[in-house]
Amino acid sequence: MADIDISAAAHHGEVPGLKHHFDDAEQQYDTSTLGMWVFLITEIMFFGGMFASYTIYRNMYPGAFASTSRFMDVTLGAINTAVLIFSSFTMVLGVRSAQLGRKKPLIVYLLMTMALGCVFLGIKYVEYHTKWVEHHIPGPGFHYADAQYVHQAQILFFLYFAMTGMHAMHMIVGLGLVGTLVVMAARNRFSKEWYTPVDIIGLYWHFVDIVWIFLFPLLYLIGHTS
Amino acid sequence: MTHPVVPVRTYALVFLALIVLTVTTVAVSKLELGEYNFICAMTIAVIKASLVVWFFMHVRNATSMTRLFVVAALFWMAILFVFTLSDYASRGWLPKPSWW
Repeated sequence: MADIDISAAAHHGEVPGLKHHFDDAEQQYDTSTLGMWVFLITEIMFFGGMFASYTIYRNMYPGAFASTSRFMDVTLGAINTAVLIFSSFTMVLGVRSAQLGRKKPLIVYLLMTMALGCVFLGIKYVEYHTKWVEHHIPGPGFHYADAQYVHQAQILFFLYFAMTGMHAMHMIVGLGLVGTLVVMAARNRFSKEWYTPVDIIGLYWHFVDIVWIFLFPLLYLIGHTS
Repeated sequence: MTHPVVPVRTYALVFLALIVLTVTTVAVSKLELGEYNFICAMTIAVIKASLVVWFFMHVRNATSMTRLFVVAALFWMAILFVFTLSDYASRGWLPKPSWW
């Protein structure tokens, strides 16, 4: 099917979505982008706290760290990294389609992004399930083969679950947001002139991707040779 | 709005670069490089994150104000890490005072 120009939804010659307190669409767009970045900075600081505690405990207990990193599935982690990068690619193509006012590709790319997000969470579930079966969940049921590290290993598994868990939570929120975009796009809410939500939620999606780009080497790759 | 539409080719190249870097970081992690394993993994992660920020998050075409905020985020992260780690790293450097 040919691309449908959704800018036809713009009526009366007005710029759709332009709030009266902005001079023009350009100013409104820049303001929205900046606002989203401010939110993302708070998110960076939020994850930053966890990355800092990870760094501290890794330096405090290098032996326990090396021993826990053997239980991370590098293959699944790498596949998930590729899946997330691919989802960022489809997301950015979705934003591009919105820029060009093409409704159908926009919806297709957003749905692809959601599908890839679900694949990521599915693989994450498999990994969590393995940890559950192996009694690697910190708490009274925790079992660890190497008795000397049984306490320190719990700290590192706790960090693993806290960091990947918060990341997965952000993915779930992202799926809801992208789903909302699909509904809005289907209702012809976006046009060449106004597609700010697509752009802004795209920023959020890429941010969540970046968090994983750092989580993957830190949790899966480092220390598994030593 | 007058935002330049980036060609699909650019995005595709960035995507390919990100996949190649992911494969590289996994391959490098299999080698025994001691401290360099960490340095290599983090360098590659920073390059990947920069590619995403610059191209996918459109900082390349963003206003100076937005760019300033992105740099501010890095600066605050630096404060978080430098101040916290300087505490942990410097513990035990000085002897306990006699009145302790």
